[in-house]
Amino acid sequence: MFVQRPQQSVIDEWQRYHEKQASVCNHPVLQRFYQTPLPAADTPLSRVSFVALDFETTGLDPRRNEIVSIGMVPFTLQGILPAEGYYQVVKPTRTLTEESIAFHRITHSQVDQAPPLEKVLNELVDQLRGRMVVVHYREIERPFLDLACRQLWRERCLFPLVDTMAIEARWERRGWKQRLKQLFGGQPASIRLNDSRQRYGLPVYSSHHAKVDAMATAELFSAQVARHYDPTTPIGQLWD
Amino acid sequence: MEAEIREIRDHLNQFPPFDSLPSELLDDVAAAVEIAYFKAGTMILEQGQPIHALPYIRSGAVEVYHSNGDLYNRLEEGDIFGQFGLLRQRRVRFPVKAIEDTLLYRIPDTFFERLCDDDNFADFVELSGSRLKSTVDQSLKENDLMTTRVRKLINRLPVMVETTLSVQEVAALMTDNAVSSVLLIEPADDEDSDGVFRDDEGRLWRLAGMVTDEDLRIQVVAAGIKPDMPVGDLDNQPLITIQFDESVNEAMLIMLRNHIQRLPVLYRRRPVGVIHLSDIVRYETNSSLYLVSNIFSRSSVRDLSRLVPEIRAAFIRLVEAGSTSQMIGDAMSSIGRSLMRRLIELAEDELGPPPIPYCFMVHGSLARQAQSVITDQDNAIVLHDSFDPAQHDEYFKTLAQKVSDGLDACGYAYCKGGIMATNDEWRQPLSKWKEYFEAWIADPDPKRLLHSCIFFDLDAVHGEERFVEILQDLIVKQAPKNPQFLAAMARNCLSRTPPLGFFRTFVMETDGRQHKIINIKSRGVAPMTDVIRVHALAAGSSAQNSIERLQDIDKANILPAGQVDKLRYALEFISQVRMRHQAFELQNDQPVDNAIEPENIDNTERHNLKEAFQVLSNAQNFLRFRYTGSAQ
Repeated sequence: MFVQRPQQSVIDEWQRYHEKQASVCNHPVLQRFYQTPLPAADTPLSRVSFVALDFETTGLDPRRNEIVSIGMVPFTLQGILPAEGYYQVVKPTRTLTEESIAFHRITHSQVDQAPPLEKVLNELVDQLRGRMVVVHYREIERPFLDLACRQLWRERCLFPLVDTMAIEARWERRGWKQRLKQLFGGQPASIRLNDSRQRYGLPVYSSHHAKVDAMATAELFSAQVARHYDPTTPIGQLWD
Repeated sequence: MEAEIREIRDHLNQFPPFDSLPSELLDDVAAAVEIAYFKAGTMILEQGQPIHALPYIRSGAVEVYHSNGDLYNRLEEGDIFGQFGLLRQRRVRFPVKAIEDTLLYRIPDTFFERLCDDDNFADFVELSGSRLKSTVDQSLKENDLMTTRVRKLINRLPVMVETTLSVQEVAALMTDNAVSSVLLIEPADDEDSDGVFRDDEGRLWRLAGMVTDEDLRIQVVAAGIKPDMPVGDLDNQPLITIQFDESVNEAMLIMLRNHIQRLPVLYRRRPVGVIHLSDIVRYETNSSLYLVSNIFSRSSVRDLSRLVPEIRAAFIRLVEAGSTSQMIGDAMSSIGRSLMRRLIELAEDELGPPPIPYCFMVHGSLARQAQSVITDQDNAIVLHDSFDPAQHDEYFKTLAQKVSDGLDACGYAYCKGGIMATNDEWRQPLSKWKEYFEAWIADPDPKRLLHSCIFFDLDAVHGEERFVEILQDLIVKQAPKNPQFLAAMARNCLSRTPPLGFFRTFVMETDGRQHKIINIKSRGVAPMTDVIRVHALAAGSSAQNSIERLQDIDKANILPAGQVDKLRYALEFISQVRMRHQAFELQNDQPVDNAIEPENIDNTERHNLKEAFQVLSNAQNFLRFRYTGSAQ
């Protein structure tokens, strides 16, 4: 009961927000996005269409940093289809710093030839429509996308998503054993994407790339469902 | 290509059969992959469920089961499964369960069909039959000596002389023509009789023999014979010949087996050349031939034992040249046999001529012409029935001891089971040996047979070969008529079963247990040889070599169609793995054994070994069914 009551309010809040947005949004892409209803909160996971989403950005703060590339991989619990995904390099308005180039391996020339975000935002939002977004760490993709919509279209774009990092934290960092361990100075388990994947026997991917990370996130979520939930679990329970 | 597809492709590309796909096809496959995750303990495929994609293990491990629930296979990263279901009605044949958390790549069936157009892939999924078969066939093709014809070695027509010419005239002719041998011919009138051929002018001749430099020295000069004697009067060994389209390998084996250095080559029945040992050596430096002639020139056990490094080097060269296990076994057996013969000759020189006729016989791998590099000695003596222990046994006991010690000094260790002529029980007159075999066959006590089954591979090495032939005939006549004997032999065969296959660095047993090593001899070569021996005994075959036995088994129609071929491929492959392993150990100065570690076996080899083990296991089941009258 303790866990379920706040989750029910999260669900109600998201459904109200989605319905409200459908009537107030002016941009046609956002209108389409919100007029496509959210899946009912009691839809079993096995019947939900997901899309794993990953942005590479120049930093963690949406106000000061920008999106450099976008990767997306659609999936269901039955299977992940990497080839049907979406990948786009984006040209930021400010020049890339050397550190971020080293991190993303996206070079100046790749970025120079890429379109600016305003040219790809339509397609990006359209690709997410009707699908449950899955990310690893909710503080990147949703805030960056929301800010982009605010700046370019003067409208909000928020939606419920599933955060595999939050799921990982829930299962790896709760319980008296974990607390006891931390009390005695034990390090909490790492819930970064690759460390989390290792706990499920998932392979290590060599590249740092938005679409590879999206695929990796989709795999991690499939593994989390197999271990901690089951295909009949209602999707609303995982909304963030 | 995008990064995530490259991740998939690069992984596929590390494993057969994907590693040999054309790169565009591999790219397309990678782009079509669907990924799925299964928690340890969950079923991936249930029997009978529809299947529309080929699963590939990206990470994790699975178990495949027979429909009765028995373990069929355990698979790991890079393996595929479900192909049998895809090939037959698109329904799962063998259920599959994840035994670890497993990430699968599913290749859609539309691609599976495209993949099957690729020969390599089709072989792998056994669409076009057995992968093992194609591997063995390929190794046969790649071996030069097997494909090169004898005719390639002929560089001149043979010099032929009539038997009426004098020895002196022949010697002069040989000098003029600069040859070391001539063929003897005599006029003939019946074209249909043996060795008769027609020359260019239409005259009929019979090939009567061959005279060599050595004959002239030994039989004429040393013997003080007058040089005007007709050459046809010289003592002439029966002529061994070879057809001109036989392989160089066959020529080599004929020379090794018969301890000869020259071989007349015939086109049909007409002599077209004479090849000499050195022709073959020149063609492909093959030390096993040198070795045999070298063995016969050594005059003491110590001299002989100094050849051991050369024998081992010859073995390594044969393995590295990609020779078949059959060729290597044949060459090593010829060497082993020559060595033993030389040891017996040396012992006889020392002890004086034998007081009564006898035959030194061998058992086990040497009798089967399938010797490997490191092996025990298994031998016995058959004496003439006039044997009187008090009078004669001292001689033969000493002879046996000298030969046995000599073999040990040359790297053929004493037989742990005591199957040696030094053992009184195995140094007996022919009549006693007949009694032994009759008792083994008529009153087959499985326990006793377990120790004596080695005697059912037997061959003469030196002395009165007919003694051993008599024993072989006795076996051929009596064994097929004694179902109880065959049943006992069959039951003994079943005590050594092959493993199921490999899993990571382990050998996997049929009950799922895992071991660190596999003894490839006792779990592979030996049980396979045992199975073939039982069928050969049932078929009344007098052959000793397993491949020759299989030919007889084939003719006798004992096995279901196609089984003989399968057994041959499986035996060849298992033997090759063993010999390669031993060659590797020799090269790395490691003690030579039969213990194979799965981590040293590559993916393709694992696949083939698994198939070979499967063939052996099926053959054992069939043996049980056919001879002991019980199904498993």
